[in-house]
Amino acid sequence: MTEIDNKIEVRDLRKAFSGKVVLDGVDLDVPRGESLVVIGGSGTGKSVLIKNIIGIIHPDRGSIKVDGEEAVGMKARDREAVTAKFGMLFQGGALFDSLPVWENVAFGLMAGHGTSRVDGKEIAIEMLRQVGLAPAVAELSPSELSGGMQKRVGLARAIATKPEILFFDEPTTGLDPIMADIINDLILQCVRELGATALSITHDMISARKIADRVAMIHAGKIIWTGAISEIDHSGNPYVDQFINGRAEGPIQMEIGKP
Amino acid sequence: MGFLAAVGRAFIAFLAGTGRIALFTGNSVMHCVRPPIYPRLIVRQMIEVGYYSLPVVGLTAVFTGMVLALQSYTGFSRFNAESVIANVVVLSITRELAPVLAGLMVAGRIGAAMAAEIGTMRVTEQIDALSTLSTNPFKYLVAPRLIAGLVTLPLCVLAADVIGVFGGYLVSVHKLGFNPAIYLKSTWDFLEALDVISGLVKAGVFGFLISLMGCYHGYNSKGGAQGVGAATTNAVVSASVLILSSNYLITEAFFSTVP
Ligand SMILES: Nc1ncnc2c1ncn2[C@@H]1O[C@H](COP(=O)(O)OP(=O)(O)OP(=O)(O)O)[C@@H](O)[C@H]1O
Ligand SMILES: [Mg+2]
Repeated sequence: MTEIDNKIEVRDLRKAFSGKVVLDGVDLDVPRGESLVVIGGSGTGKSVLIKNIIGIIHPDRGSIKVDGEEAVGMKARDREAVTAKFGMLFQGGALFDSLPVWENVAFGLMAGHGTSRVDGKEIAIEMLRQVGLAPAVAELSPSELSGGMQKRVGLARAIATKPEILFFDEPTTGLDPIMADIINDLILQCVRELGATALSITHDMISARKIADRVAMIHAGKIIWTGAISEIDHSGNPYVDQFINGRAEGPIQMEIGKP
Repeated sequence: MGFLAAVGRAFIAFLAGTGRIALFTGNSVMHCVRPPIYPRLIVRQMIEVGYYSLPVVGLTAVFTGMVLALQSYTGFSRFNAESVIANVVVLSITRELAPVLAGLMVAGRIGAAMAAEIGTMRVTEQIDALSTLSTNPFKYLVAPRLIAGLVTLPLCVLAADVIGVFGGYLVSVHKLGFNPAIYLKSTWDFLEALDVISGLVKAGVFGFLISLMGCYHGYNSKGGAQGVGAATTNAVVSASVLILSSNYLITEAFFSTVP
């Protein structure tokens, strides 16, 4: 079986919200130990795709295999074992605002790995340092942070447990270029040094070029192109060309300004 | 035809809603008893539900006891006023007024707060984030609140019983000029264990229902601030209706055999 090389395998994934089709037969493979970046226009269902894979949205149809194991329709108990492999950075941060920053970062460790509060705090402060945040931030409440700082806390929380599979929903959005590069390095480090498999979503082509081994482009509910990052400039796909060059003219028609 | 269809639709929606609440309840209760449980969170909720509700419950009880004494005096002032009024006050407070009024006050305070907090966590994806961090939202959010409601409302009501009787005593002794010793003795003579116990059982049920409605509506809230607002309203209204209706059923179960 060749599919064992794929950490995640998505087949014919369909999802509609009250009649509005968002995913219309998505096929996607994420090879073990690689970093895949999904690109695509705003509102094309990138976040919905990731949420289907991590199991917080239930697909209408299709198959999602994690380590060769079918995750769609799995019992809640088994599901928890699969979810334990995941770390997720949410697009909106999704930090627990009732807890201080360090408890957010150490949450997965304390909840799932039996780490004590004392150790958890130490690890959290180290994680915060890695995402460029000072130890003083640890005691603050998430609501006291800027958007970019929240994003980095979310990232620290996602990678703190060193999960096998990482999902990053727009990790560099809202960050300045220097900080974005630090975050890119951190993501690469997770994949290259810790051997994690990563699936990221981004609009930031500089970031995509840096962190991606492979790129997949989603449009109109389907993956319309996938290839190595080195091929992206010569994809021969007019949609990809338009997207990576950010042109208003092309086959992708924005809804804006149409009569 | 249109009318029948509308009635049918409403009825089906009602059944579906009831089914959803039943599933939610079953799920929640299961997670209350299965480890891991979170003692820290249970204690925090108990303080929130019980301790911080005491002032409002106490005020309600003292004024209710006072007004009961005053009203009964106008009715029964002819003879044996001391014993009759003491009887009316202690019976009404312990059997009905303390549990129901405390339940309604706590529903407004706690049911709303729970729905708003959990609802905000839902719409900001914090609940989704919990499940990616090896934490079951039912165990972490719902179970501690249900346990706290079930355990602490009876304690509140016990306090309300004492405070309510004291309110009656205040008016009887200081305004109506009764003999304090006789009043207290009559109160004690008329007091039966079953009166207090039935009130506490009611309080336990009400506390559970308040937390259940707060959690259920919060957990299922949709949209943004508006959805959370609707969840809050629904939590308070449904908890209040359930309190009043279950109050009748419990009263009947306890006292219908008494002629
Ligand atoms: N819970 C939901 N209920 C109804 N519709 C939804 C829901 N979640 C997403 N959608 C719809 O699905 C579509 C895709 O949403 P999604 O969040 O996946 O977009 P996206 O590709 O991540 O966009 P962006 O780049 O702006 O984040 C949107 O049109 C959105 O309206
Ligand atoms: Mg998105």
